[in-house]
Amino acid sequence: MSANSETITSPVLELKNIHKAFGGVVAIQDFSLDLKAGEIVALVGDNGAGKSTLIKIISGVHAPTSGTIRLDGEAVSFSDASMARSSGIEVVYQDLALADLQPVYMNLFLGREKVRKPFGMLDRRAMMQETQALVDELDVRIPSANAMIRDLSGGQRQGVAIARATHWATKLILLDEPTAALGVAETAKVEEIVQSLKARNLAILIISHSLDQVFRLSDRICVLRRGNQIGVRETAKTDKNEIVSMITGLA
Amino acid sequence: MFKRTSAIARKFDLQGSVIYLGFIAIFLFFAITLADDGFLTTRNLSNIVLQTAPATIMAIGLVFVLSAGEIDLSFGSIVAVSALAAAVVMQEHSMLFGILAGLGAGLAIGWINGVMVAYLRLPSFLVTLATMGLFAGVARSMTDLRSIPVLSDTFTGFFGSGSFFGIPSLVLWTLAAVIVGHLVYRESRFGAHVIATGDNARAAQVSGIKVPRLRLAVLMISGGCAGLAGLLYAGRLQAAKYTLGESDLMTVIAAVIVGGTALNGGKGSVIGALVGSLLMGMLNNGLILMGLSVSDQMIVRGLIILLAVAISLRDTTRA
Repeated sequence: MSANSETITSPVLELKNIHKAFGGVVAIQDFSLDLKAGEIVALVGDNGAGKSTLIKIISGVHAPTSGTIRLDGEAVSFSDASMARSSGIEVVYQDLALADLQPVYMNLFLGREKVRKPFGMLDRRAMMQETQALVDELDVRIPSANAMIRDLSGGQRQGVAIARATHWATKLILLDEPTAALGVAETAKVEEIVQSLKARNLAILIISHSLDQVFRLSDRICVLRRGNQIGVRETAKTDKNEIVSMITGLA
Repeated sequence: MFKRTSAIARKFDLQGSVIYLGFIAIFLFFAITLADDGFLTTRNLSNIVLQTAPATIMAIGLVFVLSAGEIDLSFGSIVAVSALAAAVVMQEHSMLFGILAGLGAGLAIGWINGVMVAYLRLPSFLVTLATMGLFAGVARSMTDLRSIPVLSDTFTGFFGSGSFFGIPSLVLWTLAAVIVGHLVYRESRFGAHVIATGDNARAAQVSGIKVPRLRLAVLMISGGCAGLAGLLYAGRLQAAKYTLGESDLMTVIAAVIVGGTALNGGKGSVIGALVGSLLMGMLNNGLILMGLSVSDQMIVRGLIILLAVAISLRDTTRA
């Protein structure tokens, strides 16, 4: 199977022959991948395989050394993360990037607060209501949109971070190890939320070290090893043994 | 759904209510023990408010700096440089140029602090520790330690002893600074970004907040507030001297911390800083009326500040 799977619906994100080098060190070599709306693709590989570099390239933190990125068919080149964000790409970082002493609703609108005319005063009521509606819809079980982040559990925080990405993303959400720090029940809850995002017609790229999770969640699996793209498999047509041998390079 | 009480508490900025209880307790203590020494007279109470006006305005600037996770130690020196700059310019030129010189000096020093902190990535503690000494030296050398009189009646009325509609101008300046400071801090996007940056700078950065620009802004706000405080001192004392603002560093930092602003950022209160500043002024006043010697005043004030800070830190950092 080739790295590019040909499909009828045009992809949301097309990465073609992405190459990234830091000085003389090659981090990503000739990487190509298409992501369609409503699809979850898992990115797997050992530590140092280049997964995080790839996330940073897609989210505009790093520019690729060569290769093209197309969003809805249009070639884009992001000079920073806020450009990628305004194009509808959101990242859920491993550390969640939440402000602990602030309420949930202020985190959801962090950097993009709603204000009222004419004095530009914060519209806390509107932000609270929108946040409450969204967390209810996604079934993120938090005490209220007004709860402080530091009073929430790890799973609830992850839920808030994903809700924030969902609120702003119009095309693509990148999830970096969303359940690495969570217990079993919380992981199941977060996976349920991630699944529900497919119905919102978003493309999702998820990094995970848990193959069980990858097989539960993803439609396709893309394997990286030392910056090289080893291959892309449809989750339904492969098994753990194949993926493990692709990750490790041992047959 | 939403907790009503906490919404009201946030609206009126009542986080860390210890400060308000402490304020009332100390007020009652002085009111009873100093009843015969004139503590409760209108004249004495209004004196307290007038004397704390410059410190309150410095404290408001510091709330922004601390909330953003930075610190400013140089504001006391800025006060002296600004007051002297205004007084020196007004010897030759009109009042307007004096005001511009005073505020401009404050903003300029704030800008120097800010550029080093925001763009050269130097720790604000060390930068402002250095500029504190540097500009204390500048203030001394500006006029060879001489005091410069401020003769413009308009200036001294506007910034010092005058009043509008029966309200002393120092009270109006304090009120204006508190109201504007509170609205910007609590109700504007800028204020929200300041608080978020102090809480988690990386989260602020990845959320599109221009963190370096914001750090520059808060240090310039602090510089500008110190500049205004310098004008108020010059107006009230009708003179500028290098010693102005020299003794305000500890008082203002204590006022801000006692007022519920976290020393390591992410949380603060402008109203709390006002109450903290009035508390410090009241302490000063009460200890003098009690007839304590200057050295005893310093010891007692130090102990009370220590206690107040310890209590309010317990209150603001409980996990």
